[in-house]
Amino acid sequence: MIAWRSTWSIYKRELLRFLRTAFQSVLAPVLTTTLYFIVFGAAIGGRMPDLGGVDYGAFIIPGLLMLTLLGETTSNSSFGIYMPRFTGTIYELLSAPVGVAETLIGFVGAAMTKSLILAAIILATARFFVDYSIAYPLLAVLYIMLVAAAFSLFGFILGIWADNFEKLGIIPMLFLTPLTFLGGTFYSIDMLPSPWDTIALANPIVYLVSGLRWTFYGSSDVNIWVSFGISLAFLAACTAVIAYIFRTGWRLRA
Amino acid sequence: MEPILELSGLTKVYPGGLKALDDVDLTIRKGEIFALLGPNGAGKTTLIGAVCGLVRPSGGTIRAFGHDLATDWRKARARIGLVPQELSTDMFEPVKRAVSYSRGLFGLPPDPARIEEILRSLSLWEKRDERIMALSGGMKRRVLIAKALAHEPDLLFLDEPTAGVDVELRKGMWAIIDQMRARGVTIILTTHYIEEAEEMADRVGVIRNGQIIAVDEKDALMAKLGRTEAHIALAEPMQTLPPAIAQFPVEIEQDGMSLCYRGGDGTGRGKAEVADLTKALTRQGIDYVGIETRESSLEDIFVSLLGENAR
Repeated sequence: MIAWRSTWSIYKRELLRFLRTAFQSVLAPVLTTTLYFIVFGAAIGGRMPDLGGVDYGAFIIPGLLMLTLLGETTSNSSFGIYMPRFTGTIYELLSAPVGVAETLIGFVGAAMTKSLILAAIILATARFFVDYSIAYPLLAVLYIMLVAAAFSLFGFILGIWADNFEKLGIIPMLFLTPLTFLGGTFYSIDMLPSPWDTIALANPIVYLVSGLRWTFYGSSDVNIWVSFGISLAFLAACTAVIAYIFRTGWRLRA
Repeated sequence: MEPILELSGLTKVYPGGLKALDDVDLTIRKGEIFALLGPNGAGKTTLIGAVCGLVRPSGGTIRAFGHDLATDWRKARARIGLVPQELSTDMFEPVKRAVSYSRGLFGLPPDPARIEEILRSLSLWEKRDERIMALSGGMKRRVLIAKALAHEPDLLFLDEPTAGVDVELRKGMWAIIDQMRARGVTIILTTHYIEEAEEMADRVGVIRNGQIIAVDEKDALMAKLGRTEAHIALAEPMQTLPPAIAQFPVEIEQDGMSLCYRGGDGTGRGKAEVADLTKALTRQGIDYVGIETRESSLEDIFVSLLGENAR
């Protein structure tokens, strides 16, 4: 049985932590998105052809959304669990009558909420630069939540694995951001010459960007159900790893 | 008295091979203050960690309030509080919010009146809206106590509660611990200050190299292992002990200018024997110019139990 009061306490505290740095948390993605739209939307986008019948400025919105979403979700979640480990306050969580379910729903739920707030802010910012409409809004929200949940779990694992700040930053910086840039954020995989169009399919981020793009415009590089399947598989894999961590106490309990 | 915590064969071997707890058997009774004494690295914090869920035991069982912590840990942990040795708390959080969070984390509904009562009892109410980072070291430690009390535990672990705290604050902390005992909270504390255990504990346990080497009522331990020491300064030097004096546990010291008595059992019997000794000296016509007596403290007992590893 889940102890909901404990879960709510963790969730609320994590959100309050986010609000403590709200100015930075909100301003940074707004500024980054604005810069991307100025450079890729206005400066370069005007010279680009429509992609699959979608204006280039609108085409890059799902990719930009995914770029921010993956980075912010992973870092929010990883910091959420790493900081208590680093400062020693994890003792309180470990000594409380809470298990894996309460911890995950609390930490990951808060990270997901932050991500959804950021997604809304980015979409609102994009509205100032390009006109766009979302073909399947409900599916888009569902998809964003799915990806946010998966990468919150991934961040949680990262926060437990890392034993210093360098390790905490290295995965988002050296893997996530490059893979997202190369994952079709700013272009369609079809635009790549052979064999790069095939090699690109080995990049898991391609499926995530493509899936979100499908919910926006009804077309994408990869079948939507393949994207959903890969996202769900990633979510399941992360959940299994976390279940193992809690069962064995790896890096949590001495 | 009803046991509240039972450790049986508790063992912890760290991955490097260090045996921090070695087949520990210990029973804590309801309502008592139990002081766990031991030198650095003896296993005190590991023992606390094993009960509180911070350390995975390698063997043995832990039962708290009748629940096996390996299987029924939720019910047991809900009634256990922990004040860690390190000042570990979110320094950016205001005091009241941090304490309220702890209550919620342990699954209890919000109770502002109870939080206020706890903060007032620890003289923290005036600081309730201040960030913890702005508080003094002593106050930060009291915040940790408030957090541990927020879920109204029946069993409270205090790991070195007065480490790094000045004498005045330390005495204030003792008063707080007394208040908790008055409320019926069972307290297990680890400390380096033997004086602290002597002042507050009902029972004392001594741990060395992961093994409990002595557990007893504080008074019984002092009676069993306590000693009286008396130094009698003689008016004239003495080279050999007359038979009437040699029947006492005495030695000649300082080139015959002093007699040293070491005896008794911590119940005051030593003092009576010293009185008999002085009478015997008078009867033998041996003059003396001064007497200094001292009862051994818990610290002396601790040092004698641990030998060279006492510190």
